[in-house]
Amino acid sequence: MASVVLSEAEKLYIVHGVQEDLRVDGRGCEDYRCAEVETDVVSNTSGSARVKLGETDILVGIKAEMGTPKLEKPDEGYLEFFVDCSSNSPELEGRGGEELGTDIANTLYRVFSCENSVDLKSLCINPKEHCWVLYVDVLLLECGGNIFDAISIAVKAALFNTRIPKVRVLEDEEGTKEIELSDDPYDCIRLNVDEVPCIVTLSKIGYRHVVDATLQEEACSLASLLISVTSKGAITSMKKVGKGSLDPESIFEMMETGQRVGKSLHIALQKILDEEENLGTSRPKVGFLG
Amino acid sequence: MAAVTMRLPAARAPLDSSALRGGEKHLVAPGDTITTDTGYMRGHGTYVEDDKLIASVAGVVERVNKLVCVRALKARYNGEIGDIVVGRITEVQQKRWKVETNSRLDSVLLLSSINLPGGELRRKSAEDELAMRDYLQEGDLISAEVQSIFSDGAVSLHTRSLKYGKLAQGVLVQVSPSLVKRQKTHFHDLPCGASVILGNNGFIWIYPTPEQKDDEAGGYTANLEPVPLSDREVISRLRNCIMALVTHKIMLFDTSILYCYEASLPHQIKDILKPEVTEEIVLGARQRLLDSEG
Repeated sequence: MASVVLSEAEKLYIVHGVQEDLRVDGRGCEDYRCAEVETDVVSNTSGSARVKLGETDILVGIKAEMGTPKLEKPDEGYLEFFVDCSSNSPELEGRGGEELGTDIANTLYRVFSCENSVDLKSLCINPKEHCWVLYVDVLLLECGGNIFDAISIAVKAALFNTRIPKVRVLEDEEGTKEIELSDDPYDCIRLNVDEVPCIVTLSKIGYRHVVDATLQEEACSLASLLISVTSKGAITSMKKVGKGSLDPESIFEMMETGQRVGKSLHIALQKILDEEENLGTSRPKVGFLG
Repeated sequence: MAAVTMRLPAARAPLDSSALRGGEKHLVAPGDTITTDTGYMRGHGTYVEDDKLIASVAGVVERVNKLVCVRALKARYNGEIGDIVVGRITEVQQKRWKVETNSRLDSVLLLSSINLPGGELRRKSAEDELAMRDYLQEGDLISAEVQSIFSDGAVSLHTRSLKYGKLAQGVLVQVSPSLVKRQKTHFHDLPCGASVILGNNGFIWIYPTPEQKDDEAGGYTANLEPVPLSDREVISRLRNCIMALVTHKIMLFDTSILYCYEASLPHQIKDILKPEVTEEIVLGARQRLLDSEG
């Protein structure tokens, strides 16, 4: 990951600031930076979203393709994640970003491994034979800290925006099946994203923990906890990153904070997604030239 | 209390025409024809095609007699002798430090062009060379002055004054070098209770105003006492004000920062970065700047 080098005095300044609940940019420990969310930014995907969280800039595209269901789950579709960070910084160019990319993708697999996060049954077309596969491609355009949270917000927004064409399975007398695509391009199914979790990263700085750490703050933190929280506040997965250690007491504290912050994160995201939806086609698209 | 705000992105508003006072400046975009007169010489940022002089970068046209150059608006830092810069040590080498100053090449700070701790004046010995990492190590921030420029454009720095040296606690903000206004002094003790160093290279250092000016250690011991909350508030507010001015592309100097700081006082520190608040504050500050200029 693009990391910054800080002098000892700068780190000390940040650590003391966190202890006093006043971070360098004036935020408290549980405040997010102002986020911008826009969906439907890439026209040749089934659903897409772009999220800017401070400096961090994430683009997610979701492409629905027909595939065969997995053997162990014949009546369900599935999601595939791919994360590309090559455009982020020179050190991640080419194969350099692969490790970080697979790391993020694996985290996303774990977050979405929870049974009811996405209704996979609705992605089934024809048990054992055909299902929809959602290829979720994440592009890291700029890294300004807290990429996991930003990616999860973008994935949720893109899933909300995803429209999968409706298909019907026709069967003739001989038993051969045929798949028929609906003629109406607006006739499509949408996913229920109520249960899709978002990741909240809590970085331990000094004796306290902060959410939405900037790159500078990440440099001061030895260990952080990724918690995926649903809109109801249920924790679906947890992961510790960083080389430092966390004592059990602070883990519980962090989980509590994560739950609380996660809930307000979901509320804010759902509000903005609904607002955008209500604007419909009247919304001026900003895209990449804004 | 957790605060999460999300918004839809807004397209950039077209520039207010009142802001375009400096209309006498000749601005060009890449591909624009600067002149069709063949009597001119092509300088940096231009090329000749079909006897026309065309800009290759977006920026301001500058003319020196027959030579026409375009100075890019968005460029890395081009060092000039006497500039004040803020930089970060990236490497410790033989008799020199490499310093990142947002220029095309890393700058160098020679062991011979620093003040020894305590202000001792003597030739640097082999022991000094071994103790280089004790003076400045990787990641440390320094303020310095440009001493000379090598033929390849790399900058050589010096810190031979008590004004310069290692920076202790504070906040670094990185902006475009073209937004820092050249002034007589780039060290400001602002009346709001904090100090700033406006580096010509676009690195801005905000720090609590030191209590006593005479530094016996020659600027190599950092004060590691916690900064009081009141100072932190001022520093954070200044940082956000500078970010606000930068998003609206207003030149940074002591007065503009101070006006913006005063305009921001009715708002909470973290709210300054909300686009609508930013706009309101910056408009207020710009109006005051225009009024004071007459």
